[in-house]
Formats: sequence, structure tokens, C-alpha cells
Amino acid sequence: MTSHAAREGGSRIDRPPLKKRLADASAPYLYTAPALILIVTVMLVPLVLGISYAFRDIQLLNPFSGGFIGLDHFKALSQDQNFYRALRNTLWWTGWSVLLQFVFGLILALLLDKPFHGRAIVQALVFLPWAVPSFLAGLNWAWLFNPVVGPLPHWMFALGLMSEPSNILSDPQLALWGPIIANVWWGIPFFAITLLAALQAIPRDLYEAASIDGAGPVQRFFSITLPFLAPTIAITVLLRTVWISNFADLIIVMTNGGPADRSQIVASYIFTQAFKRLDFGYASAIALVLLMLLITYSMLIVVLRQWLLSKD
Amino acid sequence: MTGKRILAFLAHRLAIFAYVVFALFPLYWLLKVSVTPNKLLYSEGIRMWPSRTSFEHFEFVLRHSDFPVFFKNSLIVSGSTAVIVTALASLAGYALSRFGFRGKYWIVALMLLTQMFPLVMLVAPIFKMLSPLGLTNSLTGLILVYTAFNIPFATFLMQSFFDGIPKDLEEAAMIDGATQFVAFRQIILPLTLPGIAATLGFVFTAAWSELLFSLMLISGNDAATFPVGLLSFVSKFSVDFGQMMAAGVLALIPACLFFLLIQRYLVQGLTAGAVKG
Repeated sequence: MTSHAAREGGSRIDRPPLKKRLADASAPYLYTAPALILIVTVMLVPLVLGISYAFRDIQLLNPFSGGFIGLDHFKALSQDQNFYRALRNTLWWTGWSVLLQFVFGLILALLLDKPFHGRAIVQALVFLPWAVPSFLAGLNWAWLFNPVVGPLPHWMFALGLMSEPSNILSDPQLALWGPIIANVWWGIPFFAITLLAALQAIPRDLYEAASIDGAGPVQRFFSITLPFLAPTIAITVLLRTVWISNFADLIIVMTNGGPADRSQIVASYIFTQAFKRLDFGYASAIALVLLMLLITYSMLIVVLRQWLLSKD
Repeated sequence: MTGKRILAFLAHRLAIFAYVVFALFPLYWLLKVSVTPNKLLYSEGIRMWPSRTSFEHFEFVLRHSDFPVFFKNSLIVSGSTAVIVTALASLAGYALSRFGFRGKYWIVALMLLTQMFPLVMLVAPIFKMLSPLGLTNSLTGLILVYTAFNIPFATFLMQSFFDGIPKDLEEAAMIDGATQFVAFRQIILPLTLPGIAATLGFVFTAAWSELLFSLMLISGNDAATFPVGLLSFVSKFSVDFGQMMAAGVLALIPACLFFLLIQRYLVQGLTAGAVKG
């Protein structure tokens, strides 16, 4: 569309009024063209290719691969115990990460909402983890959990939570908790920043009126603060849920899905299949299933929202 | 002050203190191990500060490892990505802010779509596409990929900054005979400088932190970015914690610098930016 409009504009140079009209009509497309071309070639085309890979046998190191194999990948996937475990782990990982980030983020936002001496510096310090690159946050926590250089196993041992100072990242039962804790540390500021911005938009006189009417702090929180925050909470929790369920960096850095694929989530499992086994077909099939699940989730949310709105 | 209010005051300060400790402790530990001499690393394992400090790890990392190369690569990739994305997103964001046109709805829908699907889906197809073009294992390839990934978000960000500037300004200039592009370049862009700086910063950090695609697309040391270099360093020298953490401290510096610059604006104006993380 863009090039079409531009070409027409160029060929009618001898007729100023029409040329001017065409130039005006094509202007928005000229402004957006470079961005659009990049998005289409580097994101949309690979997305379509990736969907087609899900039905083909594509292995990077095997020159004879590439043929269409129909639903074979999905048949294999339905038998793949590691995939089901990754699916359960995704729920566990996303649920706990979002819940803890939200609860601690909300508390932090409430603490920072009232003015106190040194608030600016405190705010800068508690928001700092958000600026740490995710791979570095992962490495940093992996080191803290490592009994050789990190203090955490020794502290847990001293508190009687562990029979010996060992690394929870190499414990099949506990390994996923390492990345979850790192994720909570890294993500609290995000919730705190968003919720603090929403808190500061609540008109102050509401609180004054409520306390004149004799409402205590708890009552004020539930009848003023929470209803005002509800829309922000809903949108951030929903967006974050999708984002965190796809967020594989911490897991890849800290446990690499191990030990024995016990801490693998679907996103990290896709990456492992593509990166380590170079089985692009199978990786794309898992990715397609993940995409379907996310679309279903988003549809559910939309339907739920419509239902809630119609009830009012 | 009544007893109850003093108690509330103390609880508030204590909670704040706990948050500060939780936020800073991991970074403090990183710094601590990076200045602990190897001899003391194991004997003084969980002491809060070593009895003697040294900068030997930093010296090793800067002089005898490939880290300066990784650092340079990351700077080139993140810097170029930030500049290209901001330029293209300014154009696109201006169009979305100022023009009403038929394709607008579809362009916005396309950009929103790219924010919805998991990027990990694209790891395999992008590798397959870039490999015959010779763009794997190259910084250009990474810049291309990161630029595309960051454009949609940066466009929305720039659009919101343009929306905040009154239309009368460029209309006045156009009545005086300037074309719209001249008005955009000479009047509107200078007014959005803070927005441009914020966009540059966000894109730079996003590119600086990206891990999965640079792991997939880069294999040798020559084109390795910081995340890839640090990870390969970790798996290769997994015994030398001091050196790894010194490298970690170095990787932290650009991120912290950027954060100090923008943190004042975080709560006031950049909630839109925070939504992406």
C-alpha cells in the first residue's frame, strides 16, 4: 500500500493539485513505512514461518529434513512427559511470581505513598533491582544460593530449614523456587511503581472526609484505596501474567531447566529444544501450543470482563 | 504522639528498612565477593565484609579476558539499536499522533499483536532466515532483530509524548509556509527531547539485557554481547567466583547509570514505560 501510494505520487509530478492530494494521502504511510517494513519482515514473517515449522521436520544439523510431516510433532508432544511437567511448572512459576510480586509491590507502594524524610532516596534504592539486567539478576541469585560463595544456604541451615547447607537449585523438588525468588526480587519495583502512580492519583480530600466521618485506616483502605486501585491492579496483573509466563531468562540462567528438566517452563523448554537440540520443528510445535493457550487465556479474560460489565 | 502512633511510625520505618535491605543485599554481595581476594573467599565465606580487599579480579577481567570486547559489542549493539529505534519510532509515533488515515487502525493492531505473542516463538525461524544472509554471528543481525522488537513499544511511547504537544504549533508554522515534515523536525522534535531521551534509555536497556536471541544468534567470542560473554565465562571458569562477580559488577554499571538518570520520572510520567517492565 505504501509503495503503491508513493509511486503514484511520483508519476503525476506534472499535475500539482492531484500530486498535492496524493502526497497528503501518502504522508502517514511514508512516516510509518520504515517501522512497518521492519516489523513485518523481522516479526510477522518469522511468526508465519514458525507456525509452518510446527508441521515440518526441521532439524538444523540434518540436511535431509524439511519435509511436511503433518501432525507428527503434536502426536509426540501429547506423549511428552517433560512437556506436561513444563506446563504445570508454568502455572506454578507464573502464579507464585505474580502473586508475591503483587502483594509485596502493593505493600511497598502503600509505604512509599505517605511523605517521610528521605523518601526520594529510599524510592531510588528500592526500585534499583528493576534496573538490573535480567540475566545478571539470575546470575546474582544463583550465586547467592550457591553454598560455596553465597550466604543463603548457610542461613537456612542455621535456621533449621535445611539439614545441610546445599544448593536448592540442584534439588529437583525445590529448583523452581530459586528463579521464582529472583523473579520476585526483580519484579516488585514494577508493581510498586505502577501502583504508586495510581495511589498518587487518588484525591486526598476523600481520605480527610472519610476520617472526619470516623473511618479507621483499615476501613479507609478497603472503601477508598482498593476501589480506586482496582482497574490498575486488574490491568497490570493480567499483562504481567502473560509476560511472566513467557519470561524464560531467569530459568535459563539459573537452572537451565534442570536438574533433569524439573524446573523447565514451556517458554524455556521451547528455547532448550531450539538451542540445544536444534530441533526447530518440535520447538515450533510447542510454541504454537503455547500461543494457543495464551490466546485462550486472553479470550477468557475478555469474556469475563464483558460478563462482569453486563452484570452491573 | 500517642503510643499507637509511635508504634505505627516504627512499623513503617522498619518495613521500609526491610525493603531496602532486600533490594540491595544481592547487589551488595556481588560487590563484596568481587573485591574479596581468592585466598579469603572460602575461609571467610559468609562474613559480611572480607578482612582484606583487593581489585585483582577487576584487573584480571579488564586485562586478561575478552570482557572489554563483550563490553564494546554490547555498547555498539545497544547504542545503534537505541538510535535507530528512536528515529523510526519518532516518525511512526508522529504519524499515529497527528494524522487520521485509513490504515491507522491496522497499524496499531499489528503493533499490539507483536506485543502479545511470545518472542521465544521467533527464535528458530529468525535463525533460519538470518543464517543464509550471513547475519548470524554478526552484530548487524542482532541490531536488526532488536530494532524490530523494540519499535512497536517505542512508537506508542513516542506517540504519547507527541499527543502532549499542542497541534497549533506546527499549524502556525505550516501557515507560514513550512511543510509538515519541516515543522515536525524543527518545531515538534526539539519539544519532545525529554521523551526522546526516555525512549533512547528504555531501548538501550532492553537491548543491553536481551539474552535469548543473542545466545541463539551469536556463537563465537568475537561478536558476543555482554550476557552471552558472561554466561560462557561462567560455564568455562565456574570455579573463579571473584572474577565472575567482578564482571557482573561491570555489567551493572551502565544499567545503574541509566536508572539514576530516569528514576525521578518513573512514577510521575513513565507509567506507560513501566508497563513493559
